Amino acid sequence: MKIIVFCSVLVFTLAYAEARTYRVSKQGKITTLKEAVALSDHGDTIIIEPGIYKEGNVIIEKSLTILGNGLPTMDGEHKYEIFTIHATNVTVSGIRFIDTGVANINDLAAIKILDSKGIKIQHNKFENTFFGIYLANTTSSLIEKNTLYSHGIAENQIGNGIHLWKCENITINKNNIKGHRDGIYFEFVTNSLITNNHSEGNVRYGLHFMFSHNDEYYNNTFLRNGAGVAVMYTKNVKMIGNTFDENWGSSAYGLLLKDIRDSEVTNNTFFKNTIGIHLEGVSRTNFTENTFTENGYAVRLQASSDDNVFNRNNFSANTFDMATNGSLVLNQINGNYWDKYQGYDLNKDGIGDVPFRPVNMYAMIVERIPAAILLWRSFFVLLIDRAEKAIPVVTPEDLKDSSPSMKPYDFAATSK
Amino acid sequence: MISLQQVSKHFGKLSVLSEVNFNLEKGNSYALVGPNGSGKTTLIKSILGMVIPSLGKILVDGEDIKDHWRYREKIGYMPQIGRYPENMRIGQLFDMMKNIRGNTANTDEELIRAFNLHKIVDKRMHTLSGGTRQKVSAALAFLFHAPILILDEPTAGLDPVSVEILKEKIIQEKNAGKLFMISSHILSDLDELSSHIIYLFEGKVAYHDTIENLKEQTQESRLGKAMASFIKEKAFTHAIPD
Amino acid sequence: MPRIIKYIFYDILRTRFILLYTVFLFVCTFALYQLDSDTGKVIMSLMNVVLMAIPLVSIVFTTIHFYNSYEFIELMLAQPVNRKTIYLSEYLSVGLSLCFAYCIGIGLPIVFYGLAPGSLTLLFTGLMLTLVFVSLAFLASVLTRDKAKAIGLALLFWFYFSLIFDGLLLWIIYTFGDYPLEKVTVALVAFNPIDLARIMMLLQLDISALMGYTGAFFQDFFGSHIGIVFSAGVLLLWILVPLILATKIFLKKDL
Repeated sequence: MKIIVFCSVLVFTLAYAEARTYRVSKQGKITTLKEAVALSDHGDTIIIEPGIYKEGNVIIEKSLTILGNGLPTMDGEHKYEIFTIHATNVTVSGIRFIDTGVANINDLAAIKILDSKGIKIQHNKFENTFFGIYLANTTSSLIEKNTLYSHGIAENQIGNGIHLWKCENITINKNNIKGHRDGIYFEFVTNSLITNNHSEGNVRYGLHFMFSHNDEYYNNTFLRNGAGVAVMYTKNVKMIGNTFDENWGSSAYGLLLKDIRDSEVTNNTFFKNTIGIHLEGVSRTNFTENTFTENGYAVRLQASSDDNVFNRNNFSANTFDMATNGSLVLNQINGNYWDKYQGYDLNKDGIGDVPFRPVNMYAMIVERIPAAILLWRSFFVLLIDRAEKAIPVVTPEDLKDSSPSMKPYDFAATSK
Repeated sequence: MISLQQVSKHFGKLSVLSEVNFNLEKGNSYALVGPNGSGKTTLIKSILGMVIPSLGKILVDGEDIKDHWRYREKIGYMPQIGRYPENMRIGQLFDMMKNIRGNTANTDEELIRAFNLHKIVDKRMHTLSGGTRQKVSAALAFLFHAPILILDEPTAGLDPVSVEILKEKIIQEKNAGKLFMISSHILSDLDELSSHIIYLFEGKVAYHDTIENLKEQTQESRLGKAMASFIKEKAFTHAIPD
Repeated sequence: MPRIIKYIFYDILRTRFILLYTVFLFVCTFALYQLDSDTGKVIMSLMNVVLMAIPLVSIVFTTIHFYNSYEFIELMLAQPVNRKTIYLSEYLSVGLSLCFAYCIGIGLPIVFYGLAPGSLTLLFTGLMLTLVFVSLAFLASVLTRDKAKAIGLALLFWFYFSLIFDGLLLWIIYTFGDYPLEKVTVALVAFNPIDLARIMMLLQLDISALMGYTGAFFQDFFGSHIGIVFSAGVLLLWILVPLILATKIFLKKDL
C-alpha cells in the first residue's frame, strides 16, 4: 500500500517536474505546431509566436495547453479543418483561426472536439470559418470569450458558430458570433449553460436548441438573426434575462418555442421582432417579467399550448399583443401590463377593474391573409375592430387578462 | 373696336346665342335690349371672356380674345349685380383693384367723390345696400379710364339723384370718344345715353341700327314707344317689360 | 399672382375659420400630449386625426371657400388677369393657409415635445393629405355649379377614400386570398391617398409586423427607400392630377 502511494506521488512529481514548454516561431527551432505537438507530452505547454501558420489539419490527442502569443494566425487555406482535438484537458487560447475548408459532408471546423473532456477554448478569434467551434460527445468544457465572424449568405454555404452535439456540462460564456448559419447550435446537450453571449446576423437562428434538457441561458443578446431563436423538443430549460431584438421576416421569431415543457421564460426583452414569442405545443411553462416592445405580434399562442402562465409582463407599442388560432383557452394570462388597455381602476389598487382582451380581431384576419396587414389602422378596420370588441364573434371570449396592471412594471428595480 | 363674328353659345341643348354678328365703333354708345333671357348678359360676358362662345370669334381692337386676357385692360365693366368679397371694406376694394390693374396714379375718381363713397371707405361690402353696391360697381367701371365701357343694367337700384350723376358721367365720357355698351330695361334712360340700338331676341340680333333710324321708321319720338311699335310690327310675341 | 394671393389670403384669414382650425388642432395635440406621456402613443392618436380629420376639414373648407370666392373670381375675371393665375392663386392660398394651420396646430406641439420616430412622417403625410384634398375639393367645385352639390360631392370623396375604398380592398383581399396579392394590393393602394399616407405611417409604427408580411416582395418594396419615394411620388400625383384636371375644366368654364 505504502509503495503504491509512494509510486503515485513519484509519478506525479516527475510529471510535474517534467512539464515542459515549447515555443513555435517562424525564426526559432520549432517552426510548426505539428512539430511541437509531436515533441510534447501530456501536460506540456506550447506557445505560438506571432506569424501565419499554414499547417493543414493539426490533430491533438494529448493534454496540452496551446497558447497564442500576440495572436498568431492558423490558416486553413480554404481547404482544411484546422484543429482536431481528441483528448482530455486541452486548452486553446489566444489564437486566430481563418479560412477553413467548406464541406457539408464532414462539417469542417476551425476547432473540432470529439469525445473529449475538460477542454477550454478561450480568447480566440475565428474569421471566415465554416464551423467555428464544433463539439461532439464532449463533457465538462468551457467555451469563453471567443469572437467568431463569418460572412454567410446562404444556409448551405456556412456552418454554425458554436456547434454542440451530444454534450454535457458545457459552459458557453461571453462569445461574440456573427454571420454563421446558427450562432449557437445545441442538440442533445444537457446540464449546460449559455451566458452573456452576443449572437448577431446569423443566416438562420441566433440560437438553435433541440432535445437539450436541463439547460439554462442567461443574459444573451440575439440580434437581427434570419429567424431569431428556436428552442424545440426540450423540457426544463430556463431562459432568463436575454434580449431578442429586430428579428424580422415572414418566418422570423424573437423566440420560437416548439414542444417545450416545464420551462421558464423570465425577464427577457423582446424588441422589434416580427413575432416576439411563438408558442407551439408548449406546456407548463411560466412567462414572467418579460418586456415586449414594438413587436409585430408580441405573443403568438397556438392552440396546441396549454397550462402556461403569463404573469407580470409588460406589453407596449406592439402592433398586435397576442394572436391565436383557436378558441380554446387553456393558459392563464394574469396581471400583465398592456398599453392598449383602456379600462379604469376605481378602487385605485393598480389593477384594472375590467378585463383586457389581448387578442385583436384583425390580427386573426391577418393571420389568415397576410396581405390584409396593409389595411391596419385604417378607419374601416378600426370600425370592425370596435364592433368586435363590443360583441366578440371571432376572438376567443375567454382569452383575457382579468387583472391587468394599470402601470408598467419596473423590472430593472426588482431584478437588480 | 369690338367685332362679333358668327358668335354662338349653347349650354347643352339650350341655344343662348346664335350666329351673332356686329361691329361696335369707337365713340358710339350701344343700347343692348331684349326680353329676359334673350342672351344680353351672356353676350356681355362673352365679350369679357367670362363665357366662352361655342362657335365664332370675338375681336377687340382687331385681336381675337380667345385665350387672351390683356385686352380686358381696355374694358371697364359694371355688372348687373355687383358681387364683391364680403369681408372687404370699400377702400380696400378700390385699393385692391388699383393694385391688380397695376395702376394707382392715373385713375378717374370722379364717381367715387360724386357718390360720396370716399366718406364710407371703412364700410364692409356685406353691410352695403344694393344701391351702394351699384355705386361701387359704377365707380370701379370708370376708375381706369378704359376706352370701352360695358354697363349691365347700370341704373337699376340707384336713387334718382345717383342715376342722374351716373348718366352725366356716361354722356361726358361718350362725348370724350369712348365706346359704350349699355344693357337696360329702362328705355327712357337709353334714349338719352345711346346712339345705337341692338335688339336681341332668342339669341339672335333682331335689330341693329341707330336710334334715330328706329324712330324714323316707327314715326315715334320716344324710344319706348318706338320699340313697342317695332315689336308689334314684327309680331314678336314677347313684350318688353317696363 | 402674388398680389392676388395676398388678397385671397387676407380674405381667408378674415373668416377666422383657419384660426379656429389652428387652435382646434393645437388644443387637441396639446391635450393628447398632456394625457399621455408616451410620445409614440400620441403620434398614433395624431395619426388618426391626420387620416380622418385633416382630409375632411380640408375638402369641406376648400369647397365652401371656393363658392364663397365666386364673387372675387368673377370680379377678377372682368379684369386683365389670366384665368389660370386666378385659379392657381386660389389653390395656393387655400392650400398654404391649411398647411400653415397644420404646421402651427400639430407641428409646433410635436416639435415642442420632442421628435419621436414617425413625427416627421406624420408632419409630411399631413401636409400632403391637406394638399391632396384641397385638389379634390377644387375638382368637386368645378364639376358642379351648385354649392350644395359640390359639398355633397366633396363629402363623398372623403367618405369614399376613408371608408368605402378600404372596405372594398379588404373584400378583394379576402375573396382572392388564395392568390399572390402583394403586387396587386400595392397597386390598388396607390389609388387611395389616405391609404398611402397610412402605410407611410405604418412603416414607422408597425415596421415589425410589416416585415412579417409574406417575405421578400413587401419587405423589398416598402421597407426600402423606393417604397417611401413611391408613396410620396404617388401622393404628389394625387395633388397634381385633380388640380390639373380641375384647372382644365375651369379654363373652359362659363361663369
